Amino acid sequence: MVPHPYRVRRRRRETHDTFTLELQPASREGMDDERLPLGQEDAERDIPIASPQPPSTVPAFLPGQFNMLYLFGVGEVPISISGDPADSTTLAHTIRAVGTVTAALRALRPGDMVGVRGPFGSHWPLSDAEGNDVVLIAGGIGLAPLRPAVYRILAERAKYGRVVLLYGTRTPADILYRRELARWRSHFDFDVLITVDHALGNWRGNVGVVTTLIARAPFDPLNTVAMMCGPEVMMRFAARELVRRGVPVDRIFISMERNMKCAIGFCGHCQFGPTFVCKDGPVLPYRGVKDLLTIREL
Amino acid sequence: METLRPLLAEHPFFEGLEPRHLDLIVGCAINVRFDAGTFIFREGEEANAFYIIRHGQVALEIFVPQRGPLTIQTIGQGEVLGWSWLFPPYHWHFDARAVTLTRAIALDGQCLRAKCEEDHDLGYQLVKRFAHIIMQRLQATRLQLLDVYGVRS
Repeated sequence: MVPHPYRVRRRRRETHDTFTLELQPASREGMDDERLPLGQEDAERDIPIASPQPPSTVPAFLPGQFNMLYLFGVGEVPISISGDPADSTTLAHTIRAVGTVTAALRALRPGDMVGVRGPFGSHWPLSDAEGNDVVLIAGGIGLAPLRPAVYRILAERAKYGRVVLLYGTRTPADILYRRELARWRSHFDFDVLITVDHALGNWRGNVGVVTTLIARAPFDPLNTVAMMCGPEVMMRFAARELVRRGVPVDRIFISMERNMKCAIGFCGHCQFGPTFVCKDGPVLPYRGVKDLLTIREL
Repeated sequence: METLRPLLAEHPFFEGLEPRHLDLIVGCAINVRFDAGTFIFREGEEANAFYIIRHGQVALEIFVPQRGPLTIQTIGQGEVLGWSWLFPPYHWHFDARAVTLTRAIALDGQCLRAKCEEDHDLGYQLVKRFAHIIMQRLQATRLQLLDVYGVRS
């Protein structure tokens, strides 16, 4: 529960309101490496929780998990980890400046201090998806929690069938990770389809909501695991479209967002029906939440 | 014409059509090609065809004074372009521009309208298929209007 001190290594501007903070532990000399071997993490659903001791390297995390970032004197916010799970030196978070804390995080400069608690929560079912086609569907900043999954899939590409990333955002100017998307697209065995909701005539890409890409994407529905992150309404429609295409409901996973405060299932702020999004989520099986998504009181 | 029959028969839009209806439709079909940047049709022109896109990408646009052309939607391989040929006053409501080299099968709207008047079963089958496309596009447009990626105030 105690935040560990990290320093900003770099702040990268992604779009007009979104940025990526790269953090490094403000470590003590001679600390033991607290990272767990990757195979061990994947074997169980036991989620590695940061020890009370400040780590000398970035604690191991699984794609889809989040950290609580604490800007001392301002407040704390839950932010998905958006970096490479194989990188033990740097912790990356892509953040949209929409509130007091996130706006203050945007003002940080290299060397500034941030408190980090985590990693918390469930992760994308990448081990379960092995041997299957994988469809990743991201909307807006929802690409950030999926980026670690992309890194992991590309590092272990032979374990998966066809892999498709469908990414929708508001306008061409709002596209995150442009260089990386171009790099991913250059892989012969990784399909990337991008669409925007609004564009001027000089945009040569797709225009339309991300759900329209599902019908065009090359994958075998019956042998597909779908992972989605984006606005809830987008995920609802995308899930319906996936089911219409033939993807079994129990092979669809979504990343939820709620008001996470404690991040360990104590405070109840993020309760979503019987689920605590911080502890049981943020990655949840669609089958378990699909009926809850239409309950207005939640 | 012979070569277009198997292409149309395999297309999901025509799935389940009786062979006699497919024959009537094939009689109204030709192959067309549009270079990148050319207009397939423009707002206000008579709508006398619809298109099955075989290859390439088409942008549906509307020209807004002082802003230029805004792209409303793009239509790609395997998708159907245009339904104004089916509804009076048979005029296009938007511009359609080939974003890349586009190959398509054009189906003559006047020819099909005449055949639909003669054979209402064919007319029902076509209207049913277009209604499905219109429903899908309407739902997508509503989602687009929600501006789901915008910042909540």
